[in-house]
Amino acid sequence: MKNIHVSTTINGDDAEFVCAPEETLLDALRNRLGLSGAKEGCGTGDCGACTIEMDGRLVCSCLVLGAEAQGAQIKTVEGMAIGEALHPLQQAFIDHAALQCGICTPGILVAAKNLLERNPDPTDTEVRYWLAGNLCRCTGYDKIIKAVQIAAADMRGA
Amino acid sequence: MVTVKLWGSLRDHAGGCEVVEVEASNFKELLDALVVKHPGLKPQIDRGVSLAVDGLVYRNSWFTEVKPDSEVVLMPYMKGG
Amino acid sequence: MNFQSKTKADFKVVGTRVPRPDGVDKVTGRALYGADFSVPGMQVGLILRSPHAHAIINSIDASDALALPGVKAVVTSSDLGVPEDEGLRDVQDNCLARGKVLYDGHAVAAVAAKDMATAKAALKLIKVDYTPLPHVTDVDAAMKPDAPVVQEARADESVPEGSGPNVTHYCEFGHGDLEAGFARADKIIERSFKTAATHQGYIEPHACLASYGTDGKADLWCCTQGQFMVRDLCAGIMGMEGSQLRVTASEIGGGFGGKTTVFIEPVALALSRKSGRPVKIVMSRVDVFRATGPTVSSSMDVRIGMTRDGRITAGEAKLRYQGGAFPCGTVDMGAQAAFAAYDMEAVRTQGWNTLTNRPKEAAYRAPGAPMAIYAVESVVDELCQQLDLDPLDVRLKNAADAGTKSSYGPTFDQIGLMATLEAAKAHDHYHAPLGENQGRGLSCGFWFNFGGNTSVSMIINSDGTVGVTEGNPDIGGSRASISMMAAEELGIPYDKVRTVITDTNSIGHNDVTDGSRVTFAVGLATIKAARDAIRVMCGRVAKIWGIDPDAVIWEDGAAKPSGPNAGNFEPMTLAEIAAISSETGGPIAGHHEVNAEGAGVSFGVHLADVEVDPETGATQVLRYTVFQDAGKAVHPDYVEGQMQGGAAQGIGWALNEEYIYGEDGLLQNAGFLDYRIPVASDLPNIDTVILEIPNPGHPYGVRGVGETPIVPPLAALSNAVSRAIGVRLHELPMSPPKILKAITAKG
Repeated sequence: MKNIHVSTTINGDDAEFVCAPEETLLDALRNRLGLSGAKEGCGTGDCGACTIEMDGRLVCSCLVLGAEAQGAQIKTVEGMAIGEALHPLQQAFIDHAALQCGICTPGILVAAKNLLERNPDPTDTEVRYWLAGNLCRCTGYDKIIKAVQIAAADMRGA
Repeated sequence: MVTVKLWGSLRDHAGGCEVVEVEASNFKELLDALVVKHPGLKPQIDRGVSLAVDGLVYRNSWFTEVKPDSEVVLMPYMKGG
Repeated sequence: MNFQSKTKADFKVVGTRVPRPDGVDKVTGRALYGADFSVPGMQVGLILRSPHAHAIINSIDASDALALPGVKAVVTSSDLGVPEDEGLRDVQDNCLARGKVLYDGHAVAAVAAKDMATAKAALKLIKVDYTPLPHVTDVDAAMKPDAPVVQEARADESVPEGSGPNVTHYCEFGHGDLEAGFARADKIIERSFKTAATHQGYIEPHACLASYGTDGKADLWCCTQGQFMVRDLCAGIMGMEGSQLRVTASEIGGGFGGKTTVFIEPVALALSRKSGRPVKIVMSRVDVFRATGPTVSSSMDVRIGMTRDGRITAGEAKLRYQGGAFPCGTVDMGAQAAFAAYDMEAVRTQGWNTLTNRPKEAAYRAPGAPMAIYAVESVVDELCQQLDLDPLDVRLKNAADAGTKSSYGPTFDQIGLMATLEAAKAHDHYHAPLGENQGRGLSCGFWFNFGGNTSVSMIINSDGTVGVTEGNPDIGGSRASISMMAAEELGIPYDKVRTVITDTNSIGHNDVTDGSRVTFAVGLATIKAARDAIRVMCGRVAKIWGIDPDAVIWEDGAAKPSGPNAGNFEPMTLAEIAAISSETGGPIAGHHEVNAEGAGVSFGVHLADVEVDPETGATQVLRYTVFQDAGKAVHPDYVEGQMQGGAAQGIGWALNEEYIYGEDGLLQNAGFLDYRIPVASDLPNIDTVILEIPNPGHPYGVRGVGETPIVPPLAALSNAVSRAIGVRLHELPMSPPKILKAITAKG
């Protein structure tokens, strides 16, 4: 089958790519656009390492076809920092050791940012359930939850 | 002489001895002397052994010093995760 | 300078919580992991795997696959030699089966093609003719005399006559008169336990990119816990000289022991050699589950005797482990660790390893210890229940301490178990009230910790900054810790130091990142490399001042005269010395290479509160506290992180995680949906209490901390559940159906 031409917006910039009809958005981002921040941990939507935002909704980009990005607004971890300024979540993750190996970090940051945009003052339980689709095998989640709450407080104050 | 304590399953290959006395001043001499005295120990020594000297575990350092009054315990070569 | 003589106590950098050097890269998506490397002309490599648990490979016909446009090469075991060394041969045969497939998912052939679609199509065109054989996946079944034989004649000389055909190794440890000990007991409990195989569950699948040149030189990029291990194994399998194969470790997305060997790297190299093109292989999650890791599964019997007042009189454990289709020695470590927390007059542990038709076991955090200690700590807890004794007091009464003859032979030096138990007893967690259907469990844990081969080099830049080069992949923040120890020793700020991890051609050998060794051994070598550089700097200053080098000392980041007799000179800082290095003799550097020894053992104690839903059998962990001796916590955040992460993995092992094989010998749950690791909503906060009982074998007192924390959760959870529901389970995981069955059986 012929490749498909896709016009989309990624992190605010217009972007175009061609992809095979069966190609996932994750593969298109990583292999066609050089955006390797989203990771493939399972390819079946179970681990959340490939989490991105598509038209304001969190999706596992391994479960979305590249072709579905036509006309969409895509946001990835690469778009979180503004110039030299890290997003408060990114800063909190560094300052409070919320990562060890870091492979799950891009997906968790994108998911947490989406949560805080919807709910600026979540409870710990709300954070834990919101991030239940993002597996982390290193940290036991403790420092992740705390870093999200610190960033949330920071953002509420800002 | 240095007194070397063997672990349980090695004893069958050392004439049933729980401890073996050998003339050695370091890890390498100790291993060589053990094999001379009890050739049945060679396969395990070739696979790898660790040596605990006065409570500290040495994995394969030939020139680790052992003294006559050292507590020397042979252990399997170990790996971690 | 003999640093063994004294352990440093006053720290400026060590013990603080500085930002990690790879933090920005990892929160912005810039960090490059195994699957993130690409080179021009790169081909996609895919591996064909066995659909059988056990079968003879009669033939492999790849002609149709090779005829497919875009297919560049197909390799099978016939493209590789047969290594003389048995261990290397096993590694190779696990990467590409030779003659027989030994488990569901065993690699049989591999293809390199221009893209993924072509590679997938090509795999389907490879025809393999199999003759299926009887299989065995259960540890007890595999040990029977009439069990299907996984591999012929693999028993070593330790195996007693008359053992089953799959038993490859036997070990026995202990001391004292066991029966006399049991005769002194007021209560003896003997129980049998089973634990399931669990996977390390790193989120990053194995990935590598191999580029083999026609001149015989090759480059390999991969995610691994040890680039030198990869180099040595791959060079051996490929018949290459080590210097011709440069291996560069990417950032690593978790390992936990599972990346201490090779699975796809030799295959990618073989494909690259045959196709003349770079080849990238990224494993799928399904293949990670089917063909890498997991840890051993076990079947164990434990008997312990105790006096009425809580003194253990004797203990015995029989451990039967299966480590998959190739021999392994993991049971040695379980048998040594089982009773390590106790001061025992009489103790005996026996271990058997058996082959099964399962993937080759890989190390998993404190390999062999968690299951053995789970069984022992469960029986100790049951004795406490039956004798109506406080489980913490009983541990304190029997705890190993400095001078205790350990259950595995050596006498302990300074260890932190007693202090750790006392901290747990004093903690409010231990005294907090519990509600209905709730229970509290505790368990001790132990790991040996290792040192090993380590090389570090350090450059003093002319602007007064410092570069540290080391060779151990950073799996949990070690670059920060290494930079901190360099800064501490040199007396300069942390942010003046940058630590990088280099390839196999750029520094001396380093053992894999395992055995909780990196902060200990690389830290030790870094401190010594710093002292080497300091010696050079003091020498330069001595020449400038015209005094004897011995009259120059290093203090607070500067060279100073050693006293009034040495002369009256203004101190020269590292930056001042570095700025004129060209004039005083050239670049300044230090290095240190060592097979580090003296790693101190590590003990921990975990407290767990659970609530069990009597309707569903589901267990919720309500509260969890980890107490552990870290010797000296170089970066407390990452020490806590190890304690929390290990606890979470152990909780998963205790409650949910298991390899499930069907009657057909095939893995039933090869994915994160059905192999359920703990998610954020499954866990409470995991509180941590770090104790610091200095390791006399390290200049700063550091002990390894990474592995011990996975050990106690298994029994801590089991003990908590048994107290919550009033009946004890003897099998892991304690999944809801099993708990419900136990509650129902109790009535």
